[in-house]
Amino acid sequence: MDAPEDAIADQARHMVETVPQAAALGFRLISVGDSRGSILVPWRAELVGDPATDVIASGVVTSLLDHCCGLAINSSKGERFPTATLDLRIDYMRPAAPRAAITALAHCYKMTRSIAFVRAEAWDVDPADPIATAQAAFILHGASAPR
Amino acid sequence: MSEAPVLNANDRLQGFLASVPYIRFLGMRCELAGDEMTAILPFAPHLIGNTMLPALHGGVIGAFLEMTALAQLSVVQHTPKVHKTIDVTIEYLRPGRALTTYARADLRKVGRRIANVTVEAWQEARGTPVAALRGHFMLSSDE
Repeated sequence: MDAPEDAIADQARHMVETVPQAAALGFRLISVGDSRGSILVPWRAELVGDPATDVIASGVVTSLLDHCCGLAINSSKGERFPTATLDLRIDYMRPAAPRAAITALAHCYKMTRSIAFVRAEAWDVDPADPIATAQAAFILHGASAPR
Repeated sequence: MSEAPVLNANDRLQGFLASVPYIRFLGMRCELAGDEMTAILPFAPHLIGNTMLPALHGGVIGAFLEMTALAQLSVVQHTPKVHKTIDVTIEYLRPGRALTTYARADLRKVGRRIANVTVEAWQEARGTPVAALRGHFMLSSDE
């Protein structure tokens, strides 16, 4: 593995494991590179959104998709730098299976000097049968988010 | 099932909040004044998404807005089941700082099966919101 890929992987691990909200949700880095990023969130009882079914909360999926989009952006820049979410649209196609872990994959398909456009999907068992899809726009250089 | 009196709105709301583990994970609570509900998300370190600013995680803000919509729906719809989110569009207006965040939901339309809801969140001043959500929710029936 060459140095830039190592750097991307190190940044990605840092982003997925040490950001407080990501660590609190137990995120695990699955893959990163080629303007894409993938993260898994394990099921656990305190993340349940529907006590009748033990399905993980859609709010957890929101954080997962948002974080995964940021990971994809960092992967395409090859470095970690601040981003801020401008707009995030999520469609929830179906509930996840009870007690299932959720995996998300995001693709940063277009980046301008100031904006990144990202699509993402989340699934429980089969990537071809997603529980949710997302479309997002991020501003680069997070500290200068719109005021 | 006994008749749920209309005055029981706060019991329904607090019952909903207590029943959802993820709401406790966030640390979110709600206050009801008449029919007006305010959701409150006290700052906690595990909600941070950017340690440099520091700022709340965008996903946390989105989740808080969505849970506010579901909590408001639990006030007006008596059902033991949790309503299901169909889609949400979250607009981020300002960084969510390391402060308490508040939100209020506006039920634009509550139909037989679908509710259209908008939610706005703010921190120090209601006039300078940090984020807004527009979403559609599938209403659970009693069966």
